[in-house]
Amino acid sequence: MNYPLIDLVFLVVKGVYILAFFAVNAMFLIWLERKVSAKVQNRLGPMVVGPHGSLQLIADTVKLLLKENIVPSSADRFVWWLAPFFVAVPTIAAFLCVPFSNVWIVRDLNVGVLFICSITSVCVLGVFMAGWGSNNKYSLLGGMRAAAQIISYEVPLLLSVLVIIMEAGTLSMQGIVHAQEAGLFLLKPNVMVAFLVYLISATAEVNRVPFDIPEAESELVSGYHTEYSGMKFAMFFLAEYANLFIISAVAATLFLGGWIGFFRPSAVWFLLKVYGIISFLMWVRWTLPRVRMDQMMAFAWKILTPIALVNILVTGLLLVLKG
Amino acid sequence: MLPDHLYVIFFFILGTGFVAAAFAASWFLRPRAPSVAKNSPYECGEVIHGDSRVQFNIRYYLVTLIFVIFDVEILFTVPWAVVFRQLGMTAYVEMVIFIGVLALGLVYAWKKGALEWL
Repeated sequence: MNYPLIDLVFLVVKGVYILAFFAVNAMFLIWLERKVSAKVQNRLGPMVVGPHGSLQLIADTVKLLLKENIVPSSADRFVWWLAPFFVAVPTIAAFLCVPFSNVWIVRDLNVGVLFICSITSVCVLGVFMAGWGSNNKYSLLGGMRAAAQIISYEVPLLLSVLVIIMEAGTLSMQGIVHAQEAGLFLLKPNVMVAFLVYLISATAEVNRVPFDIPEAESELVSGYHTEYSGMKFAMFFLAEYANLFIISAVAATLFLGGWIGFFRPSAVWFLLKVYGIISFLMWVRWTLPRVRMDQMMAFAWKILTPIALVNILVTGLLLVLKG
Repeated sequence: MLPDHLYVIFFFILGTGFVAAAFAASWFLRPRAPSVAKNSPYECGEVIHGDSRVQFNIRYYLVTLIFVIFDVEILFTVPWAVVFRQLGMTAYVEMVIFIGVLALGLVYAWKKGALEWL
């Protein structure tokens, strides 16, 4: 069984599938977010284009495609132009090892978790480039805040992922799911703590309320993408929602057993879990107020990181004693 | 079977291609009508006041430094986490010492006030 050409054709086909999923999923999530926010605030949300506004996002995409590209006169043009790439490309690359089902995964890299975590943290570079390149006070402030916040919450996030790596003894995404077939990791108290830490840090990683300091509308207009218009803005928006999907997919795989479920097809279970987590995050976003910058940084370093460190030691002790 | 690296590289090309194609499509379709006022940086409609690259609070730099330390330490911990069940108690005690030193660093930074934001 060694036909490199056939493998290559399959790779290209899968790549096209992933791109289609990337775009459609982000559009669906934006629609869902608008609907959830409307429900929370006792409004209707988009209703005009298509039944219950379901085609609204297609109209929005066409609109953004036809918008003029406004280049701010004082911008660092090259950095400014490159920033959307640095935000969107890693997000697409992260889909490489998202296990949609027991067979639907583009490539089950043996360092899967590490790959996703490292590749998605490249996005912070793009965010900061956008903030710096725009040469706008709001953008720069937003970019600085985003960089500080994302790297701060990266630490507890990775530490809680480490707990799962210890439990599973592998870095491969499918391997972690298979390790949970005998029983979900989430039933153990130490993994519950890790899940909580992960969810909080993940909310901060994707800049969502209560941690949306980088784009706090009431003080920073819209933060690092204030100066972007048209398709460049659309890329930031797409990447933001694709990131939300990735971070929830990792949570579903690591903590909720991925595609494990009671009946087939298993992809249904995976998507149910992922969209469940996303809906929870949306609910949180439209319910809670924004926290202050100093409170947010103190929370990451003084509460979450010590908890996650102790949790690793406890997990190690439990596993060693069990043998 | 193709090597893993090829998949990773292909996905980077795919992502770059997607973004570039979207930009190209909008380049063909969009109108062009720049003006001085439109291209000036957005400052709530006011005339721009001063440069935006001002001096920033040193805290951002401190946080980044602490992050670099922690990130490297986590990277060291990952291989240990994968195999430590086969290594048993010895590996665990070694990691307790390792994380202990790390925690000591955090306590030091905390006491020195590097984690205070204001």
